[in-house]
Amino acid sequence: MSAAYWRRAMNTAAASAVRPLPTAPVATAGAPIDGSAGTPRWLAWLMQHIAWRHVLVLLGVLLYPFVATPFFTYQIGAQALALGLIALSLTFLGGYGGMVSLAQMTVAGMAGYMVAIFGSSSAAAISLGWPWWLAVAVAIVIAVVFGTLVGWLSVRTEGIYTIMITLAIGVAFFYLAQQNYTLFNGFQGFNKVFAPSVLELDFREPVPFYFLTLGCALAGYAFVKLLVRAPFGAALQGIRDNPRRMRALGFDVTAHRVAAYAVAALLAAVGGVLMVWYNARISPGTMNTAAMINILIIAVLGGMRHPIGAFIGAIVFVLVQNFAIDLLGAVGRERFNLVIGGVFLAIVLFSPDGLLGLWAKLRSRLDPQSPTSNQRRRLQ
Amino acid sequence: MRVTKRVWARSVLGLAASVAVLGTAWAQETLKIGLLATLEGPFAVPGQDSMRGADLALKQKNGMAGGKKIEFVKVSSDATPDKAVAATRKAVEQDKVPIMIGPLSGDEGIAVKNYAKTQPNITFINGSSGAQATTLSDPSPNFYRFNTEGAQWMVGLGEHALSKGYKKTFLIAEDYGFPYSQVQGFMASYCAKGGKVVDKAWVPLGTKDYASVIAKIPKDIDALVVVLGGSDAVNFLTQYEQAGGDKPMIGGSITVDQTVLNYKGKRRESLLGTASAGPMADSIDSPEWKAFVADYKATFKDGFPSPSLFAYLYYINTKATLDALDAVKGDLSNGQKAYREALQKTNFKGPAGEVKIDANRNGVGTTYITEVTKAADGSFYNKVVRTVPNISQTLGLPEADFKKMGLGSRDVPDCRK
Repeated sequence: MSAAYWRRAMNTAAASAVRPLPTAPVATAGAPIDGSAGTPRWLAWLMQHIAWRHVLVLLGVLLYPFVATPFFTYQIGAQALALGLIALSLTFLGGYGGMVSLAQMTVAGMAGYMVAIFGSSSAAAISLGWPWWLAVAVAIVIAVVFGTLVGWLSVRTEGIYTIMITLAIGVAFFYLAQQNYTLFNGFQGFNKVFAPSVLELDFREPVPFYFLTLGCALAGYAFVKLLVRAPFGAALQGIRDNPRRMRALGFDVTAHRVAAYAVAALLAAVGGVLMVWYNARISPGTMNTAAMINILIIAVLGGMRHPIGAFIGAIVFVLVQNFAIDLLGAVGRERFNLVIGGVFLAIVLFSPDGLLGLWAKLRSRLDPQSPTSNQRRRLQ
Repeated sequence: MRVTKRVWARSVLGLAASVAVLGTAWAQETLKIGLLATLEGPFAVPGQDSMRGADLALKQKNGMAGGKKIEFVKVSSDATPDKAVAATRKAVEQDKVPIMIGPLSGDEGIAVKNYAKTQPNITFINGSSGAQATTLSDPSPNFYRFNTEGAQWMVGLGEHALSKGYKKTFLIAEDYGFPYSQVQGFMASYCAKGGKVVDKAWVPLGTKDYASVIAKIPKDIDALVVVLGGSDAVNFLTQYEQAGGDKPMIGGSITVDQTVLNYKGKRRESLLGTASAGPMADSIDSPEWKAFVADYKATFKDGFPSPSLFAYLYYINTKATLDALDAVKGDLSNGQKAYREALQKTNFKGPAGEVKIDANRNGVGTTYITEVTKAADGSFYNKVVRTVPNISQTLGLPEADFKKMGLGSRDVPDCRK
């Protein structure tokens, strides 16, 4: 349905390119900001966009490490946020751009490898030992360039062919990393890639690291939320819904798609840096086929319609991965993969839109008046 | 209303009953021990067998050690170090185990050792991982490995090869940590005693096509050193046979296993006499080993015909863990000080030789040199031809010499000319 929305966006943003269409009933996602006297604009904007549930969730995630054990802070909280950030890049690509890429974990792995190569690790012969901030900056730039190239290669395909070509790239990079010894240190990869200490704050400790991932995740989330409402995001959704029409309207479809890959690569790269610090190491196994598919599972599990889905999916995924083995005391703990598969299957079976879809269904059943139709979710 | 009340009363009663039952179960003091092996991924089958090894050690003590009932908290990885650390962290930080046994493979071992450093109050005991670096470079004071590692398993094979007249060899091995260690264990003595490894071919794990490697094998060598595992070994053998190769072979610790011995090709006969070495062999002729195999077979109806290397290694590590608990009567106080002293003093006669550790908390043990022999029924098996006891991690060299050589890698050691 976002047709009306992108039309409106185009009218303002790409007015020079396209002749304004007769304005259809404008479906406003967020009501226009009224500049009523007294409240400053930014406050009005904030009040417009931030609901109680946002404040609650924010308070929840901020207070979480102070009530949770270090294990829950680090292995559940921080890992879910870092994985969620990588899955967010896929949600952005898939949910808003209509391109399902399996190579997001590969982009994250590339960033992780670059941190290990430019920064310091146990493989002293390869690692250059640059200061961490420089290594991270270079790593993210290289990963974004890499992700953009992946996009540039795969945008010429559609649907299942995009999945195939990104899978092929991911597997190729996995084997490159596994068999190259001069740069990627082969099968063993890099050990002791530690998170830095900044101003007496040691990011290897659970709580500081949790807040680091939380900050990155919140930034990524806000970035995606803003971007999909910006002209670029609106055009991207238009391309998702009807590329031919967008091309006819004068949009460069390929350029928009490649740019979407670049944006997704940025998110995945940040997630990849966090992942390598979280594990304190990286090897080809970090980004093998199973890991690539895990990202897809997370995104689908949470739901691709809204950026929060990636994080919800990641939390459920990490919880199931960690605790499935405890559920089977009697049957035999060796069978825990059965639980993992069963949970994922049940979620996808009962709600093709993931957990978000389940939530929307629940809401519309409890309160038929509530505006939880797809269009609204999509536009948020 | 009355129904709700009744339901309420019943649930309270039920809860009380279950608490009571649980309470009595807990009254007999339970000690949790973490147990990590690979129950998923490429090593799922060995992982399952390693759990059998640990279970067997516990069963032989009737589930008790140090006066407490022992409960294994089993966790799993898929042979990737990330997953191994995640599973270990869950057992240690969430399930609060004071002692942790695992992991299975080499790189996992290095990662878990690095994690062990962040948990000084927990004692970590290796499962079956055999990377040299785990205990040699930057060891962790609370990580113990009662088994010997990949390089130690090959000590003595060099001399044995020379005694068979193999003066010039060509090496083919998989390109990762474990074969590096194995090759070093072989070459350290082989090179020192005058043998020459004219060239090394490092192939990626899981290589299917060996044509280019086979083409490189020189004509004038005496034997091939083949350090490949599982399907890689079978693939290489088949293709080498098809290419008309006829050189005798020396194998690594996991090269000449049952899959290779059951090999059906024309060259099957040429496998006879293939020498290899390892920390155990199926045909050890000692009462301890026979008792171990019999107990394994009796306990696990679904197990292998004979315990695998992994079951054996998990068995001795678990046994050392439990014996030390008995020695201190389950006392883990004071940062497990007494317990660790007891671990350090471990010295028992295991199924395949003595189990004891050195100052780096790494196993010092026996290596078995075997040769493929034909049994009376026509099947092939690995016959023990020599045992080399008391092998330390420096491979029998003085420590200074070993340090000068460094850890095994693609280029270390080297004796081309």
